[in-house]
Amino acid sequence: MNIIIAGGGKLGLTLVRQLSAEGHDLTVIDHNSSVLESTVERFDTMVTPGNCASMEVLLRAGIREADLLIAATAQDEVNLLCCMTAHGLNPQLHTIARIRTPEYTQQIMTMRDVFPLSMTVNPEKQAAMEIERLLKFPGFLRREAFAKGRAEIVELRIDSASKLRDLPLSDLGTVVKCRVLVCAVLRSGNAIAPSGNFILKEGDRVFVTAPTANLAILLKSLGIVTRKVRNVLLCGGGMVSYYLSSLLEDDQMSVRILEKDHDRCVTLAGLLAQATVIHGDCSAQATLDDQGLENMDAVVTLTGLDETNMVVSLYAGSRQVPQIITKLSRSENNALADTMALGSTISPMELCCNNIVRYVRAMQNQTGAAISVHTIADGQVEAVEFLVDETTRFCETPLRQIKLKPNVLISSITHGADTQVPNGNSVFVPGDTVVVVTSGRGVLHRINDIFA
Amino acid sequence: MNYKMMGRFIAQLISIEGVFLLPALCISLFYGEHSAVRGFALTVAIILAVSALLYTLCRRAGRLFGAREGLVCVGLSWIILSLLGALPFFLSGHIPNYIDALFETVSGFTTTGASILSDVESLPRGLLYWRSFTHWVGGMGVLVFLLAISTGGEQGKGFTMHLMRAESPGPDVGKLVPKMKQTATILYGIYIVLTIVNIVLLLLGGMNWLDALCTAFGTAGTGGFGVRNDSIASFSPYIQNVTTVFMLLFGVNFSCYYLLLLRQFRGVFRDEELRTYVGIVIAAIVLISLNTFSIYGNLADTVRHAAFKVGSIMTTTGSTTTDYELWPAFSKGILLTLMVIGACAGSTGGGIKVARVLLLLKSLRRNIRQIMNPKKVMVVRNNGRPVDEKVLDNTNAYLAAYVVIVIVCYLLISLDGFSIGTNLSAVLACFNNIGPGMETVGPMFNYGCYSDFSTVVLSLAMLAGRLEIFPILVLSSRSAWKGR
Repeated sequence: MNIIIAGGGKLGLTLVRQLSAEGHDLTVIDHNSSVLESTVERFDTMVTPGNCASMEVLLRAGIREADLLIAATAQDEVNLLCCMTAHGLNPQLHTIARIRTPEYTQQIMTMRDVFPLSMTVNPEKQAAMEIERLLKFPGFLRREAFAKGRAEIVELRIDSASKLRDLPLSDLGTVVKCRVLVCAVLRSGNAIAPSGNFILKEGDRVFVTAPTANLAILLKSLGIVTRKVRNVLLCGGGMVSYYLSSLLEDDQMSVRILEKDHDRCVTLAGLLAQATVIHGDCSAQATLDDQGLENMDAVVTLTGLDETNMVVSLYAGSRQVPQIITKLSRSENNALADTMALGSTISPMELCCNNIVRYVRAMQNQTGAAISVHTIADGQVEAVEFLVDETTRFCETPLRQIKLKPNVLISSITHGADTQVPNGNSVFVPGDTVVVVTSGRGVLHRINDIFA
Repeated sequence: MNYKMMGRFIAQLISIEGVFLLPALCISLFYGEHSAVRGFALTVAIILAVSALLYTLCRRAGRLFGAREGLVCVGLSWIILSLLGALPFFLSGHIPNYIDALFETVSGFTTTGASILSDVESLPRGLLYWRSFTHWVGGMGVLVFLLAISTGGEQGKGFTMHLMRAESPGPDVGKLVPKMKQTATILYGIYIVLTIVNIVLLLLGGMNWLDALCTAFGTAGTGGFGVRNDSIASFSPYIQNVTTVFMLLFGVNFSCYYLLLLRQFRGVFRDEELRTYVGIVIAAIVLISLNTFSIYGNLADTVRHAAFKVGSIMTTTGSTTTDYELWPAFSKGILLTLMVIGACAGSTGGGIKVARVLLLLKSLRRNIRQIMNPKKVMVVRNNGRPVDEKVLDNTNAYLAAYVVIVIVCYLLISLDGFSIGTNLSAVLACFNNIGPGMETVGPMFNYGCYSDFSTVVLSLAMLAGRLEIFPILVLSSRSAWKGR
């Protein structure tokens, strides 16, 4: 497909990386030519320098031939204007705009009617919702929901006290009292598709598929004691903090926000009725101790600097805070972050990118297309959700008789309200939702792509 | 300092006062009260002369008119209005001491209702009418009236906001609609309609025309001048109840009525100030009823007197149905507290205002929390929205000025040698525009006992209270009078 990406910032580049890997024709518009230069050097794309809301620049970027425009500049207003102008030039165009100002998010449904927008994305809000999900179910590093929330892939870290340590996967059933499936293991930065004789080691990050209803049993049988999160400390008062605190206020959690900039503190205090806003530098350990770091049930580091987030999270870990969530904006740092005890890591850009990739894939294949795409294990493994229909091959054939592509694994089948972790006798029928995990290079566009 | 522009404003204001004097003159003519007719006619003539002089002196006024001019102009015009408004009492000979006449008029315009007259009933009816009418004009404000009717060059200019802000009570004065003239017209419209309803209800209760007019004027402005020596006490319970209800209604922020007219009922019922106001009124009535039940012996009388007194004191009207000097100390304590709190901002009542009390308490709570955690950042909210720090600063400054003025006035009038209770309640009653105080200046007595010096001090206190201190305070500051 012919895709134009306006804005070569963090989101823009994450999108370029993902979409160019999927073989789309990309054009990037940015007014900063040095950004464009480095983009061209790293990825196989076209670039157009200039203001993305200007007709002339859009025409030069080939807006008339484009199928999709993604407006991902830092300014919401520019994104909106860009989409409107582009849509005027090419009425068949699909448009996606990043809208993240809190004032606008309340009117997003109206804006989608008034402006020619196919979709809006809000990385900060999405990250906040993701963090809220983690805080509601402490114990997992990450949760990905499939089949309308009935199936999940959760991430666990094997630490020295874990019951899973040094356990061969074939013996998993003796420890865990419910059927789960280990679909990927991340060991020292490399994703592995494990077989039955694979032995889990300390420091591994394990990705487990389970029906959502079984998550509590999973935690219990692993001996992970989870306490309901009541007190949360947010370091950094950016937009994610704002969205997250308003979500947590509804969940009756008591939120404390540490922010360095006094004016921003006043704004936050005005926006949030319940949260306690503290003016202070969270990178100073004394400030953290003053604000009762040790009594917190969870610490979420959300400053604009990954380095600060890492340091604060490490410090919180050393003070035995039960749950730590670290925001990392630059995915380059993930390999390094993996070696440290940062708790869960959240990348707003990647979450948002997944959302857009899902839309792009759905645009490309109207039938049998992926319903949702989640990248796990630092982007090395992809979990794709498909709807089985009449055109799907091997319906009602037991799985052991089907030959799948290498590195492809069917991790759950949801039939009606019932989610199962499949075994050799499992079958899927039209109407079922299937989650497929793949660490292969090729992109799975439709369900029939998984068969060898 | 734009003296010419201020001169023109004052000239316009006093011509309006001249027009206001005409009905009183007609009433005196109708009843053939010669002394009063002479007083009114002479006053109108003097006003004509003064305003003509000011008009000729202040032709070609400059255009610059800022917050400072607004404050000074409001302060000055209220003083001049009072000086001229006192003339009918003095010239007719019914109040032979001009200072006393001035006190009476200031008390009228500021809607205080404190009197130096011991026998009100002996006044000519024209003067009685004028005395009550000053309440009605003073309640909503003369300048606001001028803004509502004027069609002159000052229309459509932003500076009228300075006048409105200086004259209207409350911590945060705003317009209801974009145009000042329209805002002022709406306010006066609501005011007039409520007053007429009140008059009609009083007439239905069997009052005669003039008494109904005067009583309604006193209630509407939350002033409290009565037409009888015992205020409202000798009227029927029906009339007392009507007055109670209307006093409380006039103590509500007028923008609430405007919202009601716009059918924005949620906004009105959610309003924190209104809720607090109603809460305080109900709590005070219940507490006083319980406390004074033994005096009246039956529930209906107890509640009627308690409600009347609470309404009268809270809205700073100061009318009386019964001598609260006979009440237990706890009830008197409640009344003294209500005196200080006062009515809602944007009403015709005085006092610190419920809105300010709310802001003060909230900012106090914030300060206490910040003492415990100095790095905590908090905003003070009103109706869920953050309040500007400037408004909070002004409110705190207002409280400081309030305390200073009360103490200074108290010291000055202590020279007359009355008891602490008398002096303190006199200052509070005048400064908060209530009227009757306690003990020697209680509801059954009057201010005639004070010396001329104390009377002037109390008059200034009344003006400072009505105009919310700063317009009067700036008059004493040298920088207000110097050129730019």
